[in-house]
Amino acid sequence: MENLIAIEHLTYGYEERPVLEDISLGIAPRDFILVIGPNGGGKTTLLKLILGILAPWSGTIRFHGETGGRLGYVPQSARFNRTFPISVFDMVLTGCIRADNYLKRHTREDEEKTGVILEKLALYGKRNDNITDLSGGQLQRVLIARSLVSEPLALFLDEPTTAMDATSQTDLLDLLTELQERMSIMVVTHDPTPYAQAYRHIACLNTRLYFHERGELDSATLERVYGCPVEILGHGIPHTLLATHGEEEKRP
Amino acid sequence: MSTILSYEFMQNAILVGIMASIVCGVIGPFIVTRRMVFISGGLSHTAFGGLGIAYWLGIRPLIGATAFVLAAAVLIGRQEEKNMSRNDLFIGILWAVGVAIGIVFIHMTPGYAPDLMTFLFGNILTVPRADVIITLFLVLIVSGAVMIFYNGFVAVALDEEYARARRLPVAALKMGLMILTALSIVTLIQVVGILLVIALLTIPVAIASELSMNFRRIMLLSILCGILICLSGLMVSYFIEFPSGASIILIGGLLLGAVKLTEHLRGRRPAGRPEGPGGRRKET
Repeated sequence: MENLIAIEHLTYGYEERPVLEDISLGIAPRDFILVIGPNGGGKTTLLKLILGILAPWSGTIRFHGETGGRLGYVPQSARFNRTFPISVFDMVLTGCIRADNYLKRHTREDEEKTGVILEKLALYGKRNDNITDLSGGQLQRVLIARSLVSEPLALFLDEPTTAMDATSQTDLLDLLTELQERMSIMVVTHDPTPYAQAYRHIACLNTRLYFHERGELDSATLERVYGCPVEILGHGIPHTLLATHGEEEKRP
Repeated sequence: MSTILSYEFMQNAILVGIMASIVCGVIGPFIVTRRMVFISGGLSHTAFGGLGIAYWLGIRPLIGATAFVLAAAVLIGRQEEKNMSRNDLFIGILWAVGVAIGIVFIHMTPGYAPDLMTFLFGNILTVPRADVIITLFLVLIVSGAVMIFYNGFVAVALDEEYARARRLPVAALKMGLMILTALSIVTLIQVVGILLVIALLTIPVAIASELSMNFRRIMLLSILCGILICLSGLMVSYFIEFPSGASIILIGGLLLGAVKLTEHLRGRRPAGRPEGPGGRRKET
């Protein structure tokens, strides 16, 4: 099946320093890709490049069909203005704003879709609450609801479990597993533990990207990516042996 | 009272007070939520440079101030887009250089600059009819632009990165907000003066934020608070002969204090909750 998103030889950096070098990656329909790697390894930068927030130095990102206009994004909750006076309903409604409609008022259809998404994510009872009154788990669900209201074909989440307790993490995983039935998902995280049962592919990123089918990562692989000894048992991922990080493991 | 209202200077003052309040309510909530208060301080002080050059050239001071503040807004906007982390340094320099230019040009201008103190400290009672008409145009531009671009401005103020991911023209929207802030400051300088502009942009919003957590409602309440504060200050200034700009700000400060005290006594703000928009619990 043709990839929804095809990334080829992508390079990007800040000032003179390259953060990502020669990244090639394909995201298939209903894929679930986990991107792990050390801090500063370029995980969030890769997401921003795919989403068009940053422009690459070189390389291409190709979108199949209308995928490019239907990307969902769940940023880290710490990145947005949490003091902004806005209700849960209005926050989710902002997910309907696009480049071609931001000069118009929200339509009744936008409001109906927002209501449906809130209902689905068990947030309807909180619709009039201010976002400052939400717990970390509730806020994360609001951010997911905002990304889903635009009916994306691919969903990108940046460290979504950071502010969550164990119960909220389980709820999130259940939701992502359900969403995977109709969209591709990419999660960027430094802690892959919660996703052990959900992901299909795993990509290790530290300036360069090493792509793996679902399977085991040995300690040598992870140590190469992280540049230091890594306790792989701590990740809780079911493992199969991976030999080397040659070109053959990079995904076109 | 009808006698007071028959004076043209009082009619001008009331009109400018109401228009300034509309500007405060429309743009103030964006300035506060986007943390642009320091930028606003920088912009208002750069106006002094424009005033100085206008005196030197012998043109209307408001035109000089408008040109200078707009130019500073564009410079700060471009700098912000290029280098977010050191923007405060750039604004601080622009702030001081703007004032220095003003001082030098006023020094070079022969004779006495009679309106100078009015622009520094504001005097709503001396606004001429021509400036009332200019102010009306500024208010229409600011209010109209905010109405048209409301969704885009909210998206940028709430989550700039997400707005970029939705392919909104974030740089243009931010620049638009900056220019509207500049135009608002020019409007407000006539009422409270360069030194007190920040207070009028923030106090009505702070009061409104105590009363509501809905952004549109905060805008509306800010306008109403602004009108109350400006017209009360105007009356105090007229009857007791206090400086009008300072009277307006002090009444605003007292009103804010009273609202906060009332909210505190009603126990609506839990300890430790940050203040300002978003800092309160949901409204009841």
